Amino acid sequence: MDLIFEKSIEGRRGYSLPESDVPSAKPLAAKYVRPQSPTLPEVGELDVVRHFMALSRRNFSVDGNFYPLGSCTMKYNPRFTEVLAAMSGLADLHPLLPQLASGDRLVQGALAILYEMEQLLCEITGFSAFTLQPLAGAHGELTGAMMIAAYHKAKKNRKKYIIAPDSAHGTNPASAAIAGFQTITIPSTEEGVMDLAALERALTDEVAGIMLTCPDTAGIFNRDIDKIAQMVHKVDGLMYYDGANLNAVLGRCRPGDLGFDVMHINLHKTFSTPHGGGGPGAGPVGVGPKLMPYLPVSRVVRRDDGTFRLNYDYPESIGYVASFYGNFAVIVRAYAYILLLGKEGLKQVSDHAVLNANYVMARLKGVFDLPFDRTCMHECVFSACAQSKNGVHAIDLAKYLIDQGIHPMTVYFPLIVREAMMIEPTETESKQTIDRFIQCMMDAADLAARDPEAFHAFPKTMPISRPDEVKAVKDLNVNFFD
Amino acid sequence: MEVIDHLFYTKEHEWVSIDDGVATVGITEYAQDAMGDITFIELPNVDMEVEQFEQLASVESVKAANDVYSPLSGKVIEVNSELVDCPELLNKSCYELGWIAKVKIASEEETSKLMGAEEYRTYLESLE
Repeated sequence: MDLIFEKSIEGRRGYSLPESDVPSAKPLAAKYVRPQSPTLPEVGELDVVRHFMALSRRNFSVDGNFYPLGSCTMKYNPRFTEVLAAMSGLADLHPLLPQLASGDRLVQGALAILYEMEQLLCEITGFSAFTLQPLAGAHGELTGAMMIAAYHKAKKNRKKYIIAPDSAHGTNPASAAIAGFQTITIPSTEEGVMDLAALERALTDEVAGIMLTCPDTAGIFNRDIDKIAQMVHKVDGLMYYDGANLNAVLGRCRPGDLGFDVMHINLHKTFSTPHGGGGPGAGPVGVGPKLMPYLPVSRVVRRDDGTFRLNYDYPESIGYVASFYGNFAVIVRAYAYILLLGKEGLKQVSDHAVLNANYVMARLKGVFDLPFDRTCMHECVFSACAQSKNGVHAIDLAKYLIDQGIHPMTVYFPLIVREAMMIEPTETESKQTIDRFIQCMMDAADLAARDPEAFHAFPKTMPISRPDEVKAVKDLNVNFFD
Repeated sequence: MEVIDHLFYTKEHEWVSIDDGVATVGITEYAQDAMGDITFIELPNVDMEVEQFEQLASVESVKAANDVYSPLSGKVIEVNSELVDCPELLNKSCYELGWIAKVKIASEEETSKLMGAEEYRTYLESLE
């Protein structure tokens, strides 16, 4: 398929303007003018429509296909939230309005949404306050790690390390490092959860905190979580909850009650806002009492008369972490989703997410190796070790699924499982869809035993079959004109 | 999986050979096979002091990023800069052309915490 630049025909335009009947303005001073015009494609409106329609048809998305990508919670994004987020009274607001004198009176509805969203998230997670500013999960992690650093600085604690398990999302150690900490990695037990003896050895007075998901990355609930919280708090470390797996416990247990001090939520996972193309996401961060003074500004507060305004008067705040109030339109969608489902609905979300994952696990057990053979939460992890002895690796099984119209599961993560295949069906899929997926996986295992060579050709149905991943990393070039 | 007889090994799948107080460090066949096609390596700085089992380098493949730990304490005296442009040497020739760094070691006593070839072979079998 040609790029839009390759469809350019010199002089072609998608608009026609009438002759100017007013005098020309004085030209800009030369110092303000580019030496040459930017290179833009010259195309007609129909060219543009066909180009992007063709691209959208090639998109592999939740709207078109089952998407059991583990750790990503690719649930269906209901359309009513799109309608609400597009309402002119929300979509057309200028973000500076509440910062102008008396301007907040013009945006009371929007401020109320931000305020109430914070209250709802506190209720759901058991925390005392939230910032809605961070623009993604990893951005939330960094915000949390910076608040942990601010807490220890204020207490004059000398802290150097953040602990993370070896099954952690790669963003955990990365966020800790950017916030100025060194990471200590704790190995997992054969059960797939943190090794408590190794944690005990690593916990010194220099430990600032620990970053964990619960359920853990292997989709398993950590039964020692309260013990871990006690151990970490004993050295005045803080407990960070990575909300990536919140879908598993929604409405059933609250990280704040488990002893965590700070967490982020991926609204684009748990609260069903679009993931598309890497964003825009949202990673609100919740804190318990210890970290409240350090929350980013601005914060929305309620006046005695019930109206809302922005407050910047938090001298210990870590400051802004994003412009304005975060991805407002994403927050609106998640707010609407929470209100529609309500308390009972949110419980059903996690119930069905966990049930679906356990159904997949039970039916594929015996077909693929199951490294952690225990009731799972919202996702299950298999290994393609048995198939790989025959030359068929997790990546090959993933490519097979593409030809079946199914997005591959996550492969090679978590790192602690060789040939890992991590499957998260989510609560929004029907039994028929999940059964079809299971059948495809059984067929794949069968084919791997009979004809491993066949896998090298998959996928056959895509515009590009197997991109050169090594070249893509080594010689990355996204500029068509280079 | 190829395991070379006269080398020492770590549980994290590094190998080390010692010659006249200088340790040459690399990753094992098992490590490169598990990681898949390696696309990038971050080498240590020459003169950097490393402690045994602390981070020496990091390696990225199409699957994941992994740290490489130093099997012994000492000072980095040379790095294999060939790997910057040809990280695939780690896949193609992990025990020879794909060596990562040379470390001037203080003493050979720390080798007691490493595995010999036979022990490493047994360890690999236990991972199956």
